[in-house]
Amino acid sequence: MAAPTGIVGRKRTSTGMLIVMYTVCIFLALLSIFPFLVMIVNSTRSTVEIQAHAISLVPSKYLFDNIDILTSKDMFVPWRGFLNSGIISIGSTVLSLYFSTLTAFAVVAYRWKLRNAFYGFIIAVMMLPAQVSGIGFVQFMYQIDMVNSLLPLIIPAIAAPGTVFFMRQFMLASLPMEILQSARVDGAGEFRTFNQIVLPIMKPALATQAIFGFVGSWNQLFMPQVLLTDKTKYTMPIMISLLRGDIYKVEFGAIYAGCLLTAVPLIIVYLILSKYIIAGVALGGVKG
Amino acid sequence: MKAKRKGISYAKYGYLFVIPFVVVYLIFSLYPTLYTALLGFTDSMGLGNIRWDFLKDDPFKNFSAVFSNKTFMTSIYNTVTIWLMNFIPQLTLSLILTAWFTSPRCKIRGQGLFKVLFYMPNIITAATVAILFNALFGYPVGPVNDMIKALGGETFDFAKDKEWSRLTVAFIQFWMWYGNSTIVFISGVLGINPEIFEAAEIDGANGTQTFFRITLPNIKTIMLYSLITSLIGGLNMYDIPKVMRNGGPDNSTITASIFIYNQGFSGRYNYALAAAASMVIFVVVAICSITIFYLMRDKDEIAQRKAEKAALKAWKKKNKEAAK
Repeated sequence: MAAPTGIVGRKRTSTGMLIVMYTVCIFLALLSIFPFLVMIVNSTRSTVEIQAHAISLVPSKYLFDNIDILTSKDMFVPWRGFLNSGIISIGSTVLSLYFSTLTAFAVVAYRWKLRNAFYGFIIAVMMLPAQVSGIGFVQFMYQIDMVNSLLPLIIPAIAAPGTVFFMRQFMLASLPMEILQSARVDGAGEFRTFNQIVLPIMKPALATQAIFGFVGSWNQLFMPQVLLTDKTKYTMPIMISLLRGDIYKVEFGAIYAGCLLTAVPLIIVYLILSKYIIAGVALGGVKG
Repeated sequence: MKAKRKGISYAKYGYLFVIPFVVVYLIFSLYPTLYTALLGFTDSMGLGNIRWDFLKDDPFKNFSAVFSNKTFMTSIYNTVTIWLMNFIPQLTLSLILTAWFTSPRCKIRGQGLFKVLFYMPNIITAATVAILFNALFGYPVGPVNDMIKALGGETFDFAKDKEWSRLTVAFIQFWMWYGNSTIVFISGVLGINPEIFEAAEIDGANGTQTFFRITLPNIKTIMLYSLITSLIGGLNMYDIPKVMRNGGPDNSTITASIFIYNQGFSGRYNYALAAAASMVIFVVVAICSITIFYLMRDKDEIAQRKAEKAALKAWKKKNKEAAK
């Protein structure tokens, strides 16, 4: 009942208040855009131009020169960074989606003795940050000689308690158990039922989790930085973090170009998928 | 499950399907956690060195070293300070925006666009954001100093100032996360039964009263959730202060995670000390989460008890009046 019902005349917000609201919102929106706008413009300007005026809204023509300077130091190799980050992000996202859904399915669809204990365990460890076990993890990787391999950043995604939790919530609401029954009557095996019936029904949840899983993995810095010491294995965030080093100290144009190369693909993907991302963020809160 | 045909039990599939999760969790999460705890009691040190011995004379040597380490204490102080400087304004702004965006008295146009823009910084790689802000706050050449000059001020070296460094890191965290909180809170408010708001309106509650008496209490769980995730995220803050300031100047932005990194993954590669520090942080995270849960639950119970008492009183009063 959105329309005033006439029981009480609904007071409208005063014009003054409205002006305040819009001013604050527009200011915040500009605050979100402004750093990236400066980044985009400055990545096209030469270091000399930037030194004269660090702020400008007029793009120049040095974007490719800046990228040349950026990549000439043999530290920042964009295609390699994209490739390594891509392998890790895609690999870990696919694994975490598939196995989290399978785990959630086991919790939702079957009655087994340890089910509640298992689910309680998932809730308990969901909040634990991975960083606190970092030392043991890295030592373990040295022991089994997996340092400088991308696998330790991919395989652990099979056990993602947060994703299992999310998948379970979605499954409870949208997976009719009758479908499983009829699949059984038709003689389909449980595993086949999962792959051919359950997974397609979970598509919306899978899409949401795919976005967040991918972005989370792509942006990760701590673990890759610790595990990958070989230059050829560097991920994009590792390469970016090197831009603060001495070799780029005065190459302002190149630094902005480096930021541009890593931020713009994300911004474009974000703007295309923003509807789903915002909806996904909102969903994340409701589960709490 | 009805229609369970005799002889067929599907329980085994439950066990079967959680095997991958359980195996990977045991190997890659539980074992490293226990191993970290164990390493805290050893002399493990040196890049890639996997041999270690248990400490013989003083098993708690690493833990006492952590607590007497000035830099560690500084890192805890910084972590808490930066988190508070970020979280309090973030919570305040998010709640104000939530109140505006969900107000029945006005419809802000372009809400969808605002949400998209507010959330945008969150999606960008934190390392990129750190490098970008380092350039924006550059000295002597940098956009912020350019603006200061244009306004007639003196250029300022932000990277050399302790307070400003903390403030910038806190600001970036705030900037990256307030959109997230706002969206989460709005969705929480939209989930409240609209009849409650209608009842309040009929009772003549004004906007402020409705917000504090109805909206806030109803999204308490969501606020608690966001408090805990923010706190845990704050205690693990690494990317921004590490990449932007490398923990400096003068350790002013060194956080617990940077301390662990510096001890365990650089210099002497003191895994044992870093492991002990990790376990301290682990315990702090656990205590914080449990405490917050406890505090909030307690308040809830107190409120409930109060309400019960009031109801009882009213009921007694009514009985008394009826007896008269």
